[in-house]
Amino acid sequence: MSERAAVAAGAARTLIRGARLLDPASGLDAIGDLLIEGERIAAAGGIIAASAAEIVEAEGLCLAPGLVDMRVQLREPGAEHMESIESGGQAAAAGGVTTMVALPNTDPPVDDVSVVEFLARRAREVRLAKIHTYAAATKRLAGKQLTEMGLLAANGAVGFTDGTKAVADALVMRRVLSYAANFDLLVVQHPEEPSLGGAGEVNEGEIATRLGLAAIPAVAEVIMIERDLRLLEITGARYHAAHLSTAAGVEAIRRAKARGLAVTCDTAPPYFALNETAIGDYRTFAKLSPPLRSEQDRRAVVEGLRDGTIDAIASDHAPWDQDSKRLPFSSAAYGIVGLETLLPLSLELYHNRHLGLLEVIARLTRNPADILRLPIGRLAKGAAADLVLFDPDLSWHISTDEFRSKSKNAPFDGRPVEGRVVRTMVDGRTIFPREQ
Amino acid sequence: MQAADCDSAFRHRHLLGIEGLSPAEIEQFLDLADGYVELNRQAEKKRSLLRGRTIINCFFENSTRTRTSFEVAGKRLGADVINMAVAVSSMVKGETLIDTAMTLNAMHPDVLVVRHPESGAVQLLSEKVDCAVVNAGDGSHEHPTQALLDALTIRRRKGRLGGLTVAICGDVLHSRVARSNIALLNTMGARVRVVAPRTLLPAAIERLGVEVFHDMANGLADVDIVMMLRLQSERMHGSFVPSSREYFHFFGLDYDKLRAAKPDALIMHPGPMNRGVEIGSEVADDIDRSLIRHQVEMGVAVRMACLEILARDLANGPPLP
Repeated sequence: MSERAAVAAGAARTLIRGARLLDPASGLDAIGDLLIEGERIAAAGGIIAASAAEIVEAEGLCLAPGLVDMRVQLREPGAEHMESIESGGQAAAAGGVTTMVALPNTDPPVDDVSVVEFLARRAREVRLAKIHTYAAATKRLAGKQLTEMGLLAANGAVGFTDGTKAVADALVMRRVLSYAANFDLLVVQHPEEPSLGGAGEVNEGEIATRLGLAAIPAVAEVIMIERDLRLLEITGARYHAAHLSTAAGVEAIRRAKARGLAVTCDTAPPYFALNETAIGDYRTFAKLSPPLRSEQDRRAVVEGLRDGTIDAIASDHAPWDQDSKRLPFSSAAYGIVGLETLLPLSLELYHNRHLGLLEVIARLTRNPADILRLPIGRLAKGAAADLVLFDPDLSWHISTDEFRSKSKNAPFDGRPVEGRVVRTMVDGRTIFPREQ
Repeated sequence: MQAADCDSAFRHRHLLGIEGLSPAEIEQFLDLADGYVELNRQAEKKRSLLRGRTIINCFFENSTRTRTSFEVAGKRLGADVINMAVAVSSMVKGETLIDTAMTLNAMHPDVLVVRHPESGAVQLLSEKVDCAVVNAGDGSHEHPTQALLDALTIRRRKGRLGGLTVAICGDVLHSRVARSNIALLNTMGARVRVVAPRTLLPAAIERLGVEVFHDMANGLADVDIVMMLRLQSERMHGSFVPSSREYFHFFGLDYDKLRAAKPDALIMHPGPMNRGVEIGSEVADDIDRSLIRHQVEMGVAVRMACLEILARDLANGPPLP
């Protein structure tokens, strides 16, 4: 369609001028313009001379594909008082996230085609960030019987996981992988051997011992990963280990990749931004699953991100209301909200000179998109205009009071960070800031 | 007995743990408690120091001994003492710990004595109330009055704490008594050992400043004090140790194992004892070596001292942070 024809067809045009364009897929990292026509990117790079209804002057700002957050919990259906598609969508928009993938641990869980369809319908109604979902690997997330993986995938499930629980039984996992391989599906594992860490609350070590809290040994992660890798060798399937937290876990994935296995993994900001000392005197906001680990593990996670062993960064957004966190430590829920802090915390890797800016963005956009096999996360002509415009250097303090998420459970309140989202667009529509 | 001066005054609003207390603060408790030991041995034991004060014993976990000890201590100082067995009341109705704290707070108690099965729970509760809180045991974390009464017991028999070698034996992994004692004895300059099978020791325990032993012969060699810990029955049948028989064989205290210790070594146990599991009856009942009944007596005196010190701060205007 020619420019004239597009205008004639009524497609609104927006021209973003003078931004630092960051497109990991093409390696583009240069000042330039980007033209949006309707829902799609019409041109990216260089100086674009075109008329547009809206012209955004973006000098000093970065323009990247909208973030693809491959691990969030949205609590709808079932616990909408903690988070809903709407509030989670607002949080995503404020965080520069244009696509998120929900875990199936809702009530009811996403183990049936009808729930996948419900989520898709709600996402269409809310029209904020795009929402995909994983479906349960086993019925009711109980770790015993396979779900209708083929039908669930045909209806839009992008992968299969039991969410915050590992598929613990080796035989069940073997069958999940085998069956997934049959349809070339993605299996996402919470890599933790539950019999080693089941009742645990914090990383095993001096802090757990001092506080008298039940401990989860770091080896619980690598044991599950190594087991899964052996099963993967005899089954095939695409395997993704979620939220890596230990040095040994990262090393296991590194070796598996070197052996040529179809393995990917992600981590979440707390695992490179914090260590177990954040627990202090029983701060339940620092209670995570997997738990915050030692400083040595944290550094290994950074190194895994740097050398590419860790493909993606996900927020691991886990909203909990006050009643779930204002409890004695061992009774409190696991997890923190992360959608609105994903970008600035990830940018610490850039500001601390561990990764280049384009490398950080790759782990937030193209890489997760590729793992999920979604045609997003790119600044390419014809691609959906899912974009984030951000100031990479703006200093501010995280304030949980300002979160759009219904839940405020984050250990980062007051943390000074650099880098802030200026504008988020999905299919050419601005979803952040909200139109007045 | 009054606090000597401002330097040694107790600087905390609550008594949540031993960790963080100074030697002077610990000595203040012990000195004051020493006086109460004498009082408690008299026929007329009642004081009016805490008359008009309300103490609520709030036990989220069953305990007859500790609760009774606090109750006796409060009553001897003239306070009104109310026992709340929370384990069987509000928690079954789904009330949260913070709800309970708010409810109790509204009754304007002066001191809350709290035991809870979860580590850190007493601290959480203390953040939500206006009164002083005494930790009577939280999960596997701390049991400060037990460590204080143990210290008083030792000090009265040995004349000091500094320089002594103390072996803490048994289920250190789950023991709040062990953690509080390790903190107190280290603070007061004693040498602390832990002696236990590896399955009953938490990771990195040596980072708490103890020497680690896995057998009684070496662990008890030349120690002044042998402190035995209780092994819960649910942990002695295969989950942490294979059987009570095997446990007693290798880690139960009897005269044979005690021979490694100094000839005048003394034996302690926080109670209640599992006779024939962690300690043999003939050792436990040895009136020359065993301090177990003294510990109970010291418990009341130490808790009187705690209540007095915390209530004293309440009288001096706004509570300290």
